Amino acid sequence: MHIPANMKRSIKLTGAVLAGASALFLTVNMLNGCRPTTTVTAVTGDAAAKVYVKPGSYDEFYNFVSGGFSGQMGVYGLPSGRLLREIPVFSQDPESGWGYTEESKPMLMTTHGFIPWDDAHHPEMSLTDGSHDGRWVFINGNNTPRVALIDLGTFKTKSIIEIPNSAGNHSSPFTTPNTEYIVAGTRFSIPMGSDAERDVPVDSYKDTFKGTVSFIHPEPESGRLSIAFQIKAPGIDFDLAHSGKGPSDGWMFFSCYNTEKAHSLKEVNASQNDKDFIMAVNWRKAEQYAKEGRGMKVPGRHYSNWWNEETHTAESTIHDEVLQLDPVELGDIVYFMPCPKSPHGCDVNPTGEFIVGSGKLAALVPVFSFAKIQDAIAGKDFEGEYDGIPVLTYESVLHGEVKKPGLGPLHTEFDSKGNAYTSMFVSSEIVKWNVQTLEVLDRIPTYYSIGHLTVPGGDTKTPYDKYVIAYNKITKDRYLPTGPELTQSAQLYSIEGDKMELLLDFPTTGEPHYAQATPADLIRPREVKFYKIEENHHPHVSKGEKETKVERKGNEVHVKMTTIRSHLTPDVIEGIRMGDVVYFHVTNLEQDWDVPHGFAIKGNNNAEMLIMPGETQTLRWEPTHVGVVPMYCTDFCSALHQEMQGYVRVSPAGSSTELKWYTASVDAGS
Amino acid sequence: MIAVSALALLVLLFVPIWRIDLMAPQYPEGLYLQIYADRFAGDTEKINGLNHYIGMAHIKNEMFPEFKFLPKLIVVLSVLGLVAAAWGKRILLFLGLVTLSLFGAWALYDMYKWGYDYGHNLDPKAAIKVEGMAYQPPLIGHKQLLNFDAWSTPDVGGWILFGVMGLLAGVYFLELRDLSRKLAMNRDRT
Repeated sequence: MHIPANMKRSIKLTGAVLAGASALFLTVNMLNGCRPTTTVTAVTGDAAAKVYVKPGSYDEFYNFVSGGFSGQMGVYGLPSGRLLREIPVFSQDPESGWGYTEESKPMLMTTHGFIPWDDAHHPEMSLTDGSHDGRWVFINGNNTPRVALIDLGTFKTKSIIEIPNSAGNHSSPFTTPNTEYIVAGTRFSIPMGSDAERDVPVDSYKDTFKGTVSFIHPEPESGRLSIAFQIKAPGIDFDLAHSGKGPSDGWMFFSCYNTEKAHSLKEVNASQNDKDFIMAVNWRKAEQYAKEGRGMKVPGRHYSNWWNEETHTAESTIHDEVLQLDPVELGDIVYFMPCPKSPHGCDVNPTGEFIVGSGKLAALVPVFSFAKIQDAIAGKDFEGEYDGIPVLTYESVLHGEVKKPGLGPLHTEFDSKGNAYTSMFVSSEIVKWNVQTLEVLDRIPTYYSIGHLTVPGGDTKTPYDKYVIAYNKITKDRYLPTGPELTQSAQLYSIEGDKMELLLDFPTTGEPHYAQATPADLIRPREVKFYKIEENHHPHVSKGEKETKVERKGNEVHVKMTTIRSHLTPDVIEGIRMGDVVYFHVTNLEQDWDVPHGFAIKGNNNAEMLIMPGETQTLRWEPTHVGVVPMYCTDFCSALHQEMQGYVRVSPAGSSTELKWYTASVDAGS
Repeated sequence: MIAVSALALLVLLFVPIWRIDLMAPQYPEGLYLQIYADRFAGDTEKINGLNHYIGMAHIKNEMFPEFKFLPKLIVVLSVLGLVAAAWGKRILLFLGLVTLSLFGAWALYDMYKWGYDYGHNLDPKAAIKVEGMAYQPPLIGHKQLLNFDAWSTPDVGGWILFGVMGLLAGVYFLELRDLSRKLAMNRDRT
């Protein structure tokens, strides 16, 4: 075949050009060879052994994790990451009956009425001498301003207090070194006072909006919460807080943003000032002024709800006033420290000397020195005033700045060796740095976009230098997908070596914000296994099957019932009429660990409930149909659990069916 | 050959010419931006969402007025190429090559200018300001922009453009060699 010479040339040419182009293509794509192609990170060989808790063994730490919009608190074991329990706090829980039983309903009462949910952000352990004592854990309700106290003997919410003159309780519930107080700073400032003073145009923000921070006192024996005093503050937003300790014991530090006092498009308008503030409060002095009567009682209606363990019933107390202190008038209890830029986390190192402000929009992390703060206050080294409150000179109170730490610093926890661990939301990493030298030592990616982080005891005098846990805001591809809504994600890292090391991903419920972790040995010895029946002072208790009965009071019917393996007493009830409201007061007669009974009745518009051994709980039921309605135990209790059932006969309204109840005796047969 | 090149240029109207890839730990799947002759494509909305924190302008087609005449320019270049192929004059081939090279150089310069402006002209009201930081995307190759790794590479259209330029240069080179051989032969004859 003859190919003309110029055609041959063309073919050669095309070949050459193609070869050239492919060479170029390859070169450029070789450059791309360094692109990360996957997020599966190198986990070292012994990571599995480090998190493996063999069947029957216990985890070393309890991890109390906020449930965020679930309103509850998750309890996990570390290092396994196993979910042990979800403690009902601010949200109704149809599983346990929390917020559905007559006894627990008052726990969720507020001046807004019954609020069956919240947005729970920050667990904080009770402290003795600046260290975890394993007694209580607190958590804040960000939405309807509240603080809850959970007893770690029973893992049950024992107290909930509403915060008056607050519009969102974010800056909470941080604890003083001996749990004298837990704080509550309002996330939103608002107009306060009379109706006329509150009903103002929103654009009058700068003149009319004010903030408060409250100091809540937990009564040491009962755990009952009350507001000791409230400090008036300028109309800015309070974000987080941490207590001083050691030399700084007696002080509380709050991060503040929106010093611009913007009221709209805060994303931009509250991000303009180069520096906002950390507010330093001398609470010891404030406490003294409060005792000396230098505060003023102001309107501040609020609920204080408390779980009485003797009656197994919540009690609500309503207070109309709150004691307020005016820092401008008192002069020496509140100081502002300039802090770049919209600080989020406000964390105090274990020695109590350094305060770390994490400006979420700042390109550095400032560290303040408590000694310098004291000097600046003594020498009146102020760079100005903000709404009558002295502003300390930034350079005078600064220990130093961590340069180029990462992007979007949010929160800092500490180990006992002088290192700090800061979460970086934007650059999605944990950065380890030395508190004294401010030198960045290590950084490790988180998957993805870390928010809070926790070192066990990492905000106390005694951190346990073993792990740092990342609580991430974005999950993406880390787990099997579950539709548009994915699981939430936490990650466990070892901090035992010089370099941080990723050990484990574990899913969490709700959205995890802050968390606390504490050695299991601090809590395990306190565990209550069951409630003693002889100490049960519930008004409707039946301390034996002989005490059970059914009583009619108009259209209210009270059933005093008992449960024991494997029957209800009574298990046959007749004489209930349409239009009745029936209260089942169920006492669990068991006196052994891990024998709860459940109680449920068909078609209940309410919920079921679980009754712990020795406890009495009440479920309300309004019959909806005439006929025989089954009831049964929902918690698999024994080999004859399925037989643990009974019947309620419902007759038409006004019928004359005789009220009677029984459980057949063994002799009588069926 | 020239005709094929000229027609290949028309493909540029339909395929992406350039692409910018962005990688960050929290974007394991990556974000990308493609530049067509007449529009942007890819994750522009996600990129805009991220960039507004640091005050970068929103990427939208209106910010690149070139999109209005770029397709026309490509058609003109292609027609010029076809004319050159039909006419068969070497000088036209040369002009075509020069025009195309100028076009390529201008396009790169224009993209650089846009990138510079995009990366430096930041909203003074931005929430996050990092001192001394600009966010100009790389013209070609890799660059670290805060937490993002950015790669800028030619896309299909870019490769076609390079290919066409290579091909034309090759043809021109062969034509020149032909010419010199012919001249040499003529010289030998005399």
